[in-house]
Amino acid sequence: MKRERPQRADNRVRPQQAIRHVRLALVALAGAIAAASSAPALAAPVEMKVWRHDTGDLEMAAGRAAVERFNRAQSRWRVVVEAIPQGSYTESITAASMVGQLPCVIALDQPTVPNFAWAGHIRPLDTLLPASALEGLLEGGRGTYKGHIYSVGQLDVVLALFARRSQLAALGVRVATMAQPYTAAEFHDILALAKRSGKYRFPLDVNGRFKGEWYSYAFSPWLQSAGTDLIDRAGYVRVEGVLNSDQAVAVGRYYGRLFKEKLVERHPADDRAFEQGRSLFHYTGSWKAREYSEQFGADLVAMPPPDFGNGPKIGAASWQWGITRSCRQPEGAAAFLAHLVSPAEIGAASRMTGLVPVTTAGAMLTEHYRPGGDWRVYFEFAQRYAVARPATPAYPAMSSSFEKAMADIRSGKDAVEALDEAVEAIDNNIARNNDYGFTVRKAGDGT
Amino acid sequence: MTATWRSRLRDLALFLAMSAIGIVFIAPLLFMFISSFKSDAAIFANLDRWSAYLPSADWSLNNYTAVFEKSDLPSFLLNSTLIAALVVVGGVLVNSMLAFSIARMRWRGRNLVLALVVAMVIVPFEVIAIPLLSLVARLPWPAIEHGQLVLHTGWFNSLHVQVIPFLANAFCVFLFYQFFRDIPPELDEAAKMDGAGPWTVYARIIMPNSGPVIATAAIVLFISAWNQYLWPIMVIQGEAFRPVQPGIQQFFGRTNSWGQIMAYASVITLPVLAVFLAFQRQFVASVAGAGVKG
Amino acid sequence: MKMKLGQDHPLAVALFATPAVLLFIVFVALPLLLAAGATFTDHRLMSPEPTRYVGLANFQRLLALDVAVVEPLRDADGRVRTDDDGVRYPTWRQVRQSHPELATYREAFRLDLPAALGNTRVLLAASDPLFYRSLINTFLFALLVLPLQCGVALGLAILVNQKLRGRVFFRTVYFAPVVTSMVVASIVWAFMLNTDRGMLNELLRGLLGNPDAGPDWLGDSRYALPAIAIMSAWQGAGFQMLVFLAGLQSISPELYEAAKLMGANSWQRFVHVTLPGLRNTIVFVLVSTTLLAFGLFTQVDVMTSGGPLDSTTTVVYHAVRSGFKEQDVGYGSTITLVFFVIVLALSWLQRALAGKGDK
Repeated sequence: MKRERPQRADNRVRPQQAIRHVRLALVALAGAIAAASSAPALAAPVEMKVWRHDTGDLEMAAGRAAVERFNRAQSRWRVVVEAIPQGSYTESITAASMVGQLPCVIALDQPTVPNFAWAGHIRPLDTLLPASALEGLLEGGRGTYKGHIYSVGQLDVVLALFARRSQLAALGVRVATMAQPYTAAEFHDILALAKRSGKYRFPLDVNGRFKGEWYSYAFSPWLQSAGTDLIDRAGYVRVEGVLNSDQAVAVGRYYGRLFKEKLVERHPADDRAFEQGRSLFHYTGSWKAREYSEQFGADLVAMPPPDFGNGPKIGAASWQWGITRSCRQPEGAAAFLAHLVSPAEIGAASRMTGLVPVTTAGAMLTEHYRPGGDWRVYFEFAQRYAVARPATPAYPAMSSSFEKAMADIRSGKDAVEALDEAVEAIDNNIARNNDYGFTVRKAGDGT
Repeated sequence: MTATWRSRLRDLALFLAMSAIGIVFIAPLLFMFISSFKSDAAIFANLDRWSAYLPSADWSLNNYTAVFEKSDLPSFLLNSTLIAALVVVGGVLVNSMLAFSIARMRWRGRNLVLALVVAMVIVPFEVIAIPLLSLVARLPWPAIEHGQLVLHTGWFNSLHVQVIPFLANAFCVFLFYQFFRDIPPELDEAAKMDGAGPWTVYARIIMPNSGPVIATAAIVLFISAWNQYLWPIMVIQGEAFRPVQPGIQQFFGRTNSWGQIMAYASVITLPVLAVFLAFQRQFVASVAGAGVKG
Repeated sequence: MKMKLGQDHPLAVALFATPAVLLFIVFVALPLLLAAGATFTDHRLMSPEPTRYVGLANFQRLLALDVAVVEPLRDADGRVRTDDDGVRYPTWRQVRQSHPELATYREAFRLDLPAALGNTRVLLAASDPLFYRSLINTFLFALLVLPLQCGVALGLAILVNQKLRGRVFFRTVYFAPVVTSMVVASIVWAFMLNTDRGMLNELLRGLLGNPDAGPDWLGDSRYALPAIAIMSAWQGAGFQMLVFLAGLQSISPELYEAAKLMGANSWQRFVHVTLPGLRNTIVFVLVSTTLLAFGLFTQVDVMTSGGPLDSTTTVVYHAVRSGFKEQDVGYGSTITLVFFVIVLALSWLQRALAGKGDK
């Protein structure tokens, strides 16, 4: 082991240190004078943290571009983005919210917005954002709770029934249009016909591999199409008689039959059945639009979902942005959000990702979604069919119970039992949370 | 001659049996590894055939390139390695010390502590995850900023939040305790006659003779640290300190890129296997060299 | 250095014991106590309302049980109504209407008595039927995994202990599943268990020559739990193999020599030398495997989400779902506390039974 030379720096450096100190002082003085006499805009931009979910490459790139444009266009704030894996995103931010560690702006999956709003983690945007920014937004571009807007988004996804014209023609099946969608019964018969033809082992693909929110997003619109819902939206308290009404049970039985009659595969290995020609229809979101358009070109047709009696309905609203209550730069956050929902930005985002813009003005700026564009139909679906998921903090529990009910129906349980159980679970959840604040407590009520 | 013949035959039979079992054990991992070189289409085309275990025509490194581009995998690997190393070293020390004090020292309350430790083996992590979360958000942590000692509140987004709660491992304490109990006390006595204090007994007598259990405990601690999934999701919201397991979620999106998932999975599994392979020989050596038993 | 009579110097003891004890107290015991405390409240993950004390309400919700006896539906002339599925009974909601005390209960288990006993149905109603079902699932799983994993581990250890070439390689191969993360393993196994195109069913179809063979592993409520048990055994056997290996290598070779000289064949040597020598190890492996089995969560979360029809919901899964996904922390803690007490009692019982044969 070498013996290290003792440090003798102190003695020798002292005079040089002194000189350095003087130099530093002069620089500091100069800097202070400069700062005092310069306009406030020359101050360093305040860093503003944003958390978002980590998703497909295109969306991430579009997000980065939007942030860059915002940072360049002004010098008061600098947005810094942290991406969190999508699959565990809600758990991650729930954990952080529990202990007060949220940043200024967070991305939220719209159905969870009422929950965050009720818990007091995000602020209403009505007063923070200019009215002009908010009014153009379609149903899928906003997240509301108790009449206030708490989140805004740029893009939406619509549900559609994808098929190929050539394959439909080969079976002698008509193409459904917005004017004349398939009725539920008609759709079932088409599927049965397709199966009998022997060409399709499982004619319909409904993304059986997906877990979580997909079930509520994709199939609660069937309830709405049948004239019922997940919950009574007049008061957001009553579930009994709504989720297990006769119409709901009919939808549940319809769903169960699809699996019993092997029209849909219960445990698919992948979600490629449609693109590989193994299934005739794919009921999925328009995030597949670009891929399928590229693969099938004009042969692809995006049709409205089946009509259960009250017209086809689809889910609405995807990932949106909210401002947290603990944010120290709410005006900055508001400016960022306003920037995101400006027509130019929505147009840019849509052009890059191919997803549906949530304002007409934004749609005008895109090749695909402006009137006459080849994907205009998705925009029209959004305008005509979209129904937001119930804006209640009970939604996560409702979604979870509904998902379980559908899973049980798939496994053979009778729809009445499965939906009854879901109703009870949701009822209990709502009761345990004092109706989530939807019923006004009369004065004099004890507990 | 027949004896050698028979023993050769027996060896062959054993070898075949071990190979057959080995195939069953390694099949899923082989599938994962081979699939990482295939495109998604190729993976699904061969799912139901033996060719799932063979390279396909479009054999390439594309998935690996994508994985390294899409996520900060080297940094995740570094984080996980650091965390695992700290947990192993710290854990072996801390747990063996406690076990030593219970097995070799006499004090009031040691049986109670032992019983409590055994009880804690039962507690699965998910049970205490939420209260632990609240706790960890309120704990202070010292840091040096601008030449001063400051106390930050909360341990979120750090390495220590992924290390310190996992150092004390009831299962490991139990392992050490069982093993120490079987070491003949005569060795201790001999050392104490020569005036050795407890630390010397621990460091010079007990631990050097505990090769197998140290290896086992190290493996247990390493695996538990490397496989942490739920906890990092809850306490790490940025990329800086994220370990490998939550990172796999990045590849599950609207369209799962299975080839990339398999590539990611391969990168986080195979190095660990390699380390084990290397570490194993030490294990064998230490068992063979343990002159204490038999 | 003994200070008191028969006791070691407290400072020395403190040096060795304190670090781990302190860590246990802060990071295990304290959260456990907090969780225990939460069981008496309605604490939620996210809520604007203050947490209230609710006494034993959570326990009541978890544990309440009741029995109801129900008559089958009858025709006007008193005969029992039947259809394709068998005898027809009133639905649970109808039962509740005639038994108002069961208002907050749901059906947990049912037993249909045969015609000789009047075709009555005996219903066990619970306030949280999923809890009881998950208890049964968890014990069932432990029962399946225990012999499988430990038996395989012992077999592997014996194999690997032979003086064969390449045994270090085989040891690594058998150990490989252990270092694979549960998430990765679950995904790969989900592929392999796929009904239509997974490897396992392909193999079965080839072996049995039947194109329709191969159950719906993860989709059939009878096969899902065994499938997860097989997968868990695969994952854990390698580790227990190492433990057994250490135990095997600590058996003195002279004992084997002696047995051989006395004319014992391999089987007899196994039964009379190996097994007794491994006694402590076996107990340890059994106990630790059981405890780990009770904590089953990740595989269920990734592969089956507790289904199909709740057949793979384990207690820990139920607790995490209630506490984290449904955000009911008070209730989730109640589930885990009750479970902890049950397992604690069981493990004491197990050790007492195992300890009886000791010494």
